[in-house]
Amino acid sequence: MSDPNWQPRIVAFFCNWCTYTAADLAGVSRLKYAPNVRVIRLMCSGRVDPQFILDALARGADGVLIGGCHLGDCHYVEGNYKTIRRFELLQRLLRDMGIEDQRVRLEWISASEGERVKTVINDMVEHVRALGPLNLPQHREEWDLEMAHAAAPAGQGELAAQRAEPEVAHA
Amino acid sequence: MNPDATKVWNEASSRANAAAHTQRRRVTIDPITRLEGHGKIDIFLDDEGDVERAYLQVPELRGFEVFSLGRPAEEMPQITSRICGVCPTAHHMAATKALDALYQVEPPPAARKIRELVYNTFMLEDHALHVYILGGPDFIVGPQAPPEQRNVVGVIQKVGLEVGKKVISMRRRLRELISYFGGKVIHPVLGLPGGVSKGLKPEDLPQFQVLAQEGLDFALFTLQVFKDIVLKNPDYVKLITSDAYTHKTYYMGLVDGQNRVNFYDGLVRVVDATGKEYAKFPASQYRDFVAEHVEPWSYVKFCFLKPLGWHGFEEGPQSSVYSVAPLARLNVADSMATPQAQKARDEFFNTLGGRPVHHTLANHWARVVEMIYAAERIVELIHDPEITSTNLRVIPSAKPTVGVGVVEAPRGTLYHHFETDDQGLITKANLIVATQNNAARIAMSVEKAAKGLIKKGNVSEGLLNMVEMAFRAYDPCFGCATHSLPGHLPLSVSIYNRERKLLRQLLQPAN
Amino acid sequence: MPDKPKIAFYWCASCGGCEEAVVDFAEDILGVIEAVDIVFWPVAMDFKKKHIEAMPDKSITATLLNGAIRTSEQEEMARMLRRKSQFLIAYGACAHLGGIPSLANQFPREQLLRYVYEEAPTTVNEAKTRPQSSSQNNGHTMTLPEFRNVVRALDQVVDVDFYIPGCPPTPKITKAAIGALLTGKLPPKGSVLSPDVALCETCARKANKPADLSFTQFKRPHQVVIDPNLCMLAQGVVCMGPATRGGCEAVCPAGNMPCTGCFGPTSRVQDQGAKILSSLCANLAAKDEKEIHAVLAGIPDPVGTFYRYGLGKSMLRRKANMPVETAKESK
Repeated sequence: MSDPNWQPRIVAFFCNWCTYTAADLAGVSRLKYAPNVRVIRLMCSGRVDPQFILDALARGADGVLIGGCHLGDCHYVEGNYKTIRRFELLQRLLRDMGIEDQRVRLEWISASEGERVKTVINDMVEHVRALGPLNLPQHREEWDLEMAHAAAPAGQGELAAQRAEPEVAHA
Repeated sequence: MNPDATKVWNEASSRANAAAHTQRRRVTIDPITRLEGHGKIDIFLDDEGDVERAYLQVPELRGFEVFSLGRPAEEMPQITSRICGVCPTAHHMAATKALDALYQVEPPPAARKIRELVYNTFMLEDHALHVYILGGPDFIVGPQAPPEQRNVVGVIQKVGLEVGKKVISMRRRLRELISYFGGKVIHPVLGLPGGVSKGLKPEDLPQFQVLAQEGLDFALFTLQVFKDIVLKNPDYVKLITSDAYTHKTYYMGLVDGQNRVNFYDGLVRVVDATGKEYAKFPASQYRDFVAEHVEPWSYVKFCFLKPLGWHGFEEGPQSSVYSVAPLARLNVADSMATPQAQKARDEFFNTLGGRPVHHTLANHWARVVEMIYAAERIVELIHDPEITSTNLRVIPSAKPTVGVGVVEAPRGTLYHHFETDDQGLITKANLIVATQNNAARIAMSVEKAAKGLIKKGNVSEGLLNMVEMAFRAYDPCFGCATHSLPGHLPLSVSIYNRERKLLRQLLQPAN
Repeated sequence: MPDKPKIAFYWCASCGGCEEAVVDFAEDILGVIEAVDIVFWPVAMDFKKKHIEAMPDKSITATLLNGAIRTSEQEEMARMLRRKSQFLIAYGACAHLGGIPSLANQFPREQLLRYVYEEAPTTVNEAKTRPQSSSQNNGHTMTLPEFRNVVRALDQVVDVDFYIPGCPPTPKITKAAIGALLTGKLPPKGSVLSPDVALCETCARKANKPADLSFTQFKRPHQVVIDPNLCMLAQGVVCMGPATRGGCEAVCPAGNMPCTGCFGPTSRVQDQGAKILSSLCANLAAKDEKEIHAVLAGIPDPVGTFYRYGLGKSMLRRKANMPVETAKESK
C-alpha cells in the first residue's frame, strides 16, 4: 500500500497582501524550497472558508498551509482575527476526526519575509512527510469495497465471509 | 431481482442447506411485522414435525453507547431519543433524569410536574398506538384473519370509521400537547438537568384541561372496546389463558412510595413468580441486579437478575429471567394511584385469578389499564395550580461525575447510565432498554407458542401469526433493544423438507 | 380510469421516527390513502417483499426511503427500490445526510462490538462470546447479517432524485412534497424539498436578532435560563440556525431550545459543520489567543455539535486512518 514514490502534496492559501507577496519575494530572490506546495492566492486569510481546507484534504491533499498578515497588519483590518479564531476550533475538530495537527498549519508571514516562506514550507513538508500520506480519496475507495460485495445477501455467513476478503489489494 | 443476485442467492441457499448437520426442518418467520425494529424467528422442527427449538434473533446493532463518547451530557436527551422514534420521549426522560443525578440537581416542583404531564401524555398516546395499530389488530380483527386485514385499516373497518377517526384525532391532540412543551413530538427538546426548557402559559391552560378530560373518556372507551371485542369472545379468552402463552418468571417495574405503579419515578421493584418481593432498589444500584447475557445468534443481549446468575432460557426455581412492561408493572405493584385505574386493575386480577398473572397476552389488557392511569394522572396534573408556574430551572453547579436515570417506558423499565469528565463530556454510557429486559422471556414465549401451536409439521400462515402474537404482546421495540445501528432485515418464513428442498416461503415485508 | 400512483415507504437504519412522521398526518392520512396506492409500508402493513420484486421496473411512482445504510441487506433493498421506482426520495436526516447514527463513523466498528459485548458495565460474558454471522447451537445453524464499517447516506449507495430533510421531516413539508409529486410540479433532480433559506428567516425570534453578533462567551443550554423571545445566538447559546435550511418553522426554538441542524444545509453550502464553525468563530469578540481559547472552550465537542446529523455526508465523512475490517468469523 505504501508508495515509495509518494511525495507530500500541500495546498497553501496565501493572502495577497502579505504572504503571497512574500512568496513572490522568495521567488525573485531565488530561494530554493520544497516544490510540494500548490499556492492559491486569496485577498485575505480571512477569506479562507474552512470548507476549502476540508475540501483540499478530502480531495487528496496531505496538508494545508494558510498564510496571512501578522495580527494588527491585516489589509482589511479584522480579517486575520477571524482566521485565527476559526483555526483554533478547526484544529480541534480535525483532531477529533483523526487528522494530525501538523497537517493544517497557520502562519503569519509579512510581505518582506521571503526567507520565512522558505523555512515554513520546508519545515511543513518534512513534518508531513514524516506523518505519511493522508490519502482520503483512496481510503474512500477502500471503504466502498465492502459494498462491492453486497451481491451476497445478508445472513449467508459462509458466502459473506468469503466475499469479505477484498479481491483486489490496492497499492 | 437482479439475475446475478438470484443466482448467488440460490447457490448460497443450497450451500447453507447442505451444511445442515442434521435432518431437521426449519421454519423461519422473517420479518416479524407490526412492531418497531426487526426480528427474525427461526423454528426448528424434529422428524415428527413437532417443534424442537425456536430462536428469536434480533439482527440489529447501532452503537449509541459508543458514539455518545465525547458528547456533552446535556445533549444526551436529544441524542438518545433517536434510539427510537416511536418512544423518543421515554429515552428523553430517562436521559434527563440521569442528568439530574449526574449534576446532583432536583428540578423545581413545577418542572417536575411538567415532565410528568408530558410523560403520561406520551404513555397514553403510545399505548393507544399499540392497542389500535400495532398489536391490537391481532385481536380486533382476529389472529387467523388474512394478512391484508391485520392492520390499522382492518381495525377501522371492524370498529367503524367514526371510531377510527376518534382514535386518530385523539392521538394527534395528545401529541400536540407534547409538541407544545417539547417543540416537536418526535424527538422533543424539553429535558435539561434540573428542569425543563418551557412552561405553560395560563391562556393555554383551558384547551389542555378539555383535552385531559377527553383523554380519560378515550381511555375508558378503549377499555370498553377491549371488553366488547376481546373479553366477550370466549375463543380469545381461551387464547389469552392458554398454556402456550403462559410463563412464570420474575417481574420488574417502578413503584412509588406506596408501591403503586408510577411511570416517571420511584424505586425499581422486582417480584418473583409467586408475587413475593425479591428486591427493591433505586436507579443508582441497578448494576447490582441487572446483567446482560450474550448469545452468538442474536445481537440483542438478554437481561437477567445478576445475583441469581444466568441459567438459560428456562422457567422454574433456578431461572433468573424476568419481564417488564404493562403486565409486569401491574404484577409488581400493590395498587394503582388513581381511582378508575384501580377499579380496572381489580377487575383485571379478579378475572385472571389474582396476582401475579403469567399470561403474556394479558399484556394487552394491562396496557389498557395503564392508559386509564395515565389519563387520570394527566387530569390531576393539568388541574394542579403549580402547572403554570414560571419557576422551571435549577442551574447545576456541582461537578458532574455519574448519573443513572430510570423511567418506565411503554415497553418496560428503561435505564440510562452516564459518566462524564469534569466538563460534562460523556466518558461512558450504558443503556438498558425496555425490550432487552424482556428479551429472554420473549425468546421463551416464542418457543413455547411455537411448540404449542405447530404440531406434526402443520404450519399455516395463521399459526405463524399466532407465534408472532406471542412476540407482539410484549410490544417489543427492537430498535431500542439493540440501540445499535438498526439494520432492518426483512423477515421471511422458509420451510424446508428433509431433503432441504424449499417447500413454502412466506415472505413478509422488508423492514 | 387511470391507476392511482403507487407509493412505497421503506426504512433502513432508522429509529422509526420518519415512519411516525407519516402516521402523524393523522386525519390527513385518509386523504393520502385515497389519492395513492400504498404498495409497501412495513411498519403498518403486512405486504411482501416478493410483490415488490415482481413489479416491473419504474412502476412505483415514488419510494420514500428513510434511514441510513449500514448492512448489505439495506444496500440490496435500496438498489431494488431504485430499480422499481421512478423517483427515489431520501426521507429524513439519516437517508439525506447519514443522521445521528453516522456519528458512529467517528469510531471503529470493533470498538462498538467490543464495548457492547464485552466491556459494558452490565455485560456478563467471560467467554467473550460475540454475535456471529453464522453459528451453531444444538445442531442448528443460525445466521445474522453483517454490518459495514461505514455508515452511509442513501445517495452514497444509489442515485437519489429528491431529499426531504429533517429529523424527522415535518408533516407539512412531507405533504408538500407528496403534493408536488402527485401534481408533477417538481423542482430539478437532486433538490432538497424544503425552502432554500436559512432557518433564521422563519424563526419567531428573528425580530430580536441583532445586526451584529459578538460572542464573549458560549453558554451550554443547561448553564443558562434561555429567554424565550431573544435570538439564541444573542444569548450566547450555540444555535445551528444560520447554517441550517428552513422549512421546519423553527420548532426547537419554539420549545425554547436551540436548533441542532437536522434539516441540513442550504444549497449554497457543502459542509454544514464547517460553515457554522466559520460563522461562529468569525463573530468572536476576542482577539488574543488565550481569550479565544477560553471562549471556544464553551464549544467542547465541535464534531457532535456541528455534525450532529450530517457526519456521514460531511467532507471528511469518517475519522481518518480507521481500518475497514472484514467480519470476524471465529471467536
